[in-house]
Amino acid sequence: MSATDRTDRRRKPTVIRRHPPFTRLWHWVNALCLAILLMSGLQIFNAHPALYWGQDSRFDAPALSIGAERSDTGELRGVTRLGGWRFDTTGVLGVSGPTADRERRAFPAWATLPGPRWLSMGRQWHFLAAWIFAPLLAAYLLYLVIGGRLSRQLLPRRHEWRQLGSVLWEHLRLRFPRGEAARHYNLLQKLTYLLVLFVIAPLVVLTGFTMSPTLDAAWPWLLDLFGGRQSARTLHFLCAFALLAFFLVHLLMVLASGVVNNLRSMITGRYALPPEKEPRDDTPSR
Amino acid sequence: MTRPPDSGRRRFLAGSMIAGGSLLLGGCDRLSRSGAMQPLFDASESLTQRAHRLLASRESLAREYAPEDIAPRFRANGTTRPDEAAYQRLAADDFRDWRLRVDGLVERPSEFSLAALRAMPSRTQITRHDCVEGWSCIGQWTGVPLGDLLDRVGVRAPARFVVFHCADRYRGGDSYYESLDLREAYHPQTLMAYALNDATLPIANGAPLRLRAERQLGYKMAKYVMRLELVDSFAHLGGGRGGFWEDRGYRWWAGI
Repeated sequence: MSATDRTDRRRKPTVIRRHPPFTRLWHWVNALCLAILLMSGLQIFNAHPALYWGQDSRFDAPALSIGAERSDTGELRGVTRLGGWRFDTTGVLGVSGPTADRERRAFPAWATLPGPRWLSMGRQWHFLAAWIFAPLLAAYLLYLVIGGRLSRQLLPRRHEWRQLGSVLWEHLRLRFPRGEAARHYNLLQKLTYLLVLFVIAPLVVLTGFTMSPTLDAAWPWLLDLFGGRQSARTLHFLCAFALLAFFLVHLLMVLASGVVNNLRSMITGRYALPPEKEPRDDTPSR
Repeated sequence: MTRPPDSGRRRFLAGSMIAGGSLLLGGCDRLSRSGAMQPLFDASESLTQRAHRLLASRESLAREYAPEDIAPRFRANGTTRPDEAAYQRLAADDFRDWRLRVDGLVERPSEFSLAALRAMPSRTQITRHDCVEGWSCIGQWTGVPLGDLLDRVGVRAPARFVVFHCADRYRGGDSYYESLDLREAYHPQTLMAYALNDATLPIANGAPLRLRAERQLGYKMAKYVMRLELVDSFAHLGGGRGGFWEDRGYRWWAGI
């Protein structure tokens, strides 16, 4: 073994303090809240599995509906309608459960909280989690803005925009910045976090408010902002699925870019910058 | 030199995430049934009620819509045709013998015929009905502001709630009833309504008289109302939670 090899081995990766305690606490409480909010939300949706646009529900023309129909052979089939399209979604949407004991329900039992049909209980979980999620979100956004983290870490620098194409390409190949470049969020991370934190999350709270008849009386502008209560309900649903999509991509990225290092940075705050050079597979990309 | 493949580690992590997820799920279901969460749910409801009371003043009105916004058919929910013999007899005679009794903690317990109610100053409003299930429907309601009715009979000081006793037993079970506190009862849009879309209130929508409480969800808006009772507490009524659906786990504060 040569001397350089040995020094390479002994060289420790640079460890930085990445996430302050408030971010870490917020992240995990949030993760729990969002899981409860999504699943209890699907339970609530199941009480009237259709979405509309506008002030009220035009029952004969929903934008989306999930239902069940009997086929010619007398079998229960789940049917999802989106605009003019019709999909057979038996097993997941409309009709689900063990084959011997199919049940009519929009979202399946494994996706709702509680599992069985129980609207009043779903609502209690939803509002409890919402009371933790929304104030923490407001506090966290204030912390980002007032504490300066927004401008320091999240707002893209002008020069970064030029790298959009290459960053996108690198991400698609699941290759992530290393060394000093990993010290800061890259452009895609910044844009994603800005979108989720400052657009989708506030939107999900405000559209939730708009579904409350009391809050509509207190703040009539909510109805004007979203074009009606049923539009707000549809947007609430879309935001929830946007957050779910974010969660799935977030999970994939964490798994692909060093799961232990990422998890540790969100638990203890410490993040090891991935070593500059990967010894193998260093294709001449530049 | 290659890095050790960590697919095993990833599998382990994915596995533990699925296990954690199903633990969370099963745990939440168990917590739902055991009632262990109830104090937290109660706290969150009271927080919601307080926040709503802080933000919505006594007078802040629910949105009123234009005639062209009225839904072609107003959706009827819950009981749509009470099958109790007493109610059927009243309905057969167009509710001529029906009387609204107002009693409990009032100065002058009274009875009102439909004609007497129609003769009182009325309010007409085109509002949106929001069902707890998630749908909304717009209709035009005409009726007596509940506050006017309460002023006629004189509410006595200890009264805190108006209880609405109804003619129907939903799905043959207990009698339907509901309650509002005086603040919501005196809201200018809170009506005892006898007309929908300029026509006599249909049986499916609560004839001869139903409650409209426009800042609350639909389950508050009792149909087939027979009697108003002023009380200082509803603990002795039904399941003690202030309403038919409240006794079945729905919250008394129906502002969201």
